[in-house]
Amino acid sequence: MPSKFKEALNSGKFVVTSEIGPPKGTNLEKMYHHIDLLKDKVDALNVTDHQSSVMRFPSIGGCLAIKERGGEPILQMTCRDRNRLALQAELLFAYTKEVRNVLCLTGDAVPVGDHKEAKGVFDLDSVQLLRAIRTLESGKDLGGNDLDGAVEFCAGAIVTPEANPIEPQLIKFEKKVEAGAEFFQTQAVYDLDKFARFMQFARQFPVKVLAGIVLLSSARMAKYMNENVPGIFVPQHLMDELANAPKGTALNKGIEIAGRMIAAIKKEGICDGVHIMAIGREEVVPDILQTAGIS
Amino acid sequence: MKSITRQKPFEEITEQLRGFSRIFIAGCGTCATLTRTGGVEEVTAMREKLESQGKFVTGSVVIPVACDDVTEALVGEHQGSILSAHAILVMACALGVHRVGNNAFNKPVIPALDTLFIGMDDGQGVFHEVCAQCGQCLLGEMAGVCPITACHKGLLNGPCGGTNNGKCEVDKEKDCAWTLIYSRLKEQGRLEMMRKYQPPKNYQVVPRPRTVRVF
Ligand code: SF4
Ligand code: SF4
Repeated sequence: MPSKFKEALNSGKFVVTSEIGPPKGTNLEKMYHHIDLLKDKVDALNVTDHQSSVMRFPSIGGCLAIKERGGEPILQMTCRDRNRLALQAELLFAYTKEVRNVLCLTGDAVPVGDHKEAKGVFDLDSVQLLRAIRTLESGKDLGGNDLDGAVEFCAGAIVTPEANPIEPQLIKFEKKVEAGAEFFQTQAVYDLDKFARFMQFARQFPVKVLAGIVLLSSARMAKYMNENVPGIFVPQHLMDELANAPKGTALNKGIEIAGRMIAAIKKEGICDGVHIMAIGREEVVPDILQTAGIS
Repeated sequence: MKSITRQKPFEEITEQLRGFSRIFIAGCGTCATLTRTGGVEEVTAMREKLESQGKFVTGSVVIPVACDDVTEALVGEHQGSILSAHAILVMACALGVHRVGNNAFNKPVIPALDTLFIGMDDGQGVFHEVCAQCGQCLLGEMAGVCPITACHKGLLNGPCGGTNNGKCEVDKEKDCAWTLIYSRLKEQGRLEMMRKYQPPKNYQVVPRPRTVRVF
């Protein structure tokens, strides 16, 4: 069975993906609830892989839950926790469970997470992981051995359009394309003019780009991201909008901003779709879509 | 090459010396002197500290180059005071601990220092790790910046998403190796080196335990 997400990407429609964060523990109720809430409203759901290096229920477990409940999962795979044997093994397993989409990431550094003394692996990097997928597809493993049964994935990667300096980021983007990335989900973008300039560059390549939309839940959160999250720049006018929202309505303002941006990206055809990251507020993703005029 | 060390917390040292009341101390006149962790001053200070804890120090020596093979002869000169000790406390890097340990008349050898990395100093008391002895040097393609040691994640194909205005995501004070590699390659007009795909690294160039015969 081919990837439904890949079909959506190639259909020319405006593609929407969102994100599920697995729980810390074995109580899966909330994750199931978020999956059920979103699975029919988006084209695919990413499942994060120990996001921010915080130990959680595994990404592949979340993907299987999405499959069971009739959704389309995107397996996020970082290079932080597994060496090349474990990464390949997980790709084989994912394929047999009909998980058909993989997002390849380097992974956050170990010391930013909640197991600060752990050994970071990084045996492969994200470019090498993309190539590993293409190698497994050819029926061989990274050791050059024959596989009894190969894999087939729609493989993607991430890019930070507002990284500073930008050129190294663009060089790596090209290396990811050459390594076989078919789609990109970007780090959060807030300045659409700047993003459109990045897209002029990205459009030269045969890949689909989904703009990262991170929900702003308050002026304080926006300020925090500006100060602490690499590659994220919330412009002053959005900060003001959030700060001037009547008390208790900042989240609604954030939903409005996200919806407005998505609608603008779609209307102006800036890129091929969006990836909505609500970071713990998955409940409001349907509201964002409604505000954007997508339902 | 300098072996960069840091003195262990004194509590850890006394814990490891528990049950040994007679101690011989060996320091090192090279790296550990430079890092001020095992030179004459530090050995003297350690002696006083141990004595104030009720230990008897049978003798001490600062070996010129503790990792060198002449250490054997030097240790031999102190045979008497070593034999009358219960343990040897070594204030040298782990290479020195090994060298002394191999010639210690079967006495327990306790490291007083933690060996952090092999590094270089900037003359201002700051030491940087610049090489992790990976066995397959990439400096020629990386404009002289080692991606294995200078990049927190040891990435070979460009910066991660955590790079921020030239700094690394793990520490705002630390340079992002990939911004350095990029800037230097650009200055040298060799940016195409960065576009080259670097395959997965061979982490088993010389499998552990690493031994190599050179002559
Ligand atoms: S690539 Fe780095 S770790 Fe490897 S030998 Fe060269 S400097 Fe040392
Ligand atoms: S920020 Fe730079 S140095 Fe730090 S892990 Fe990423 S690429 Fe490596």
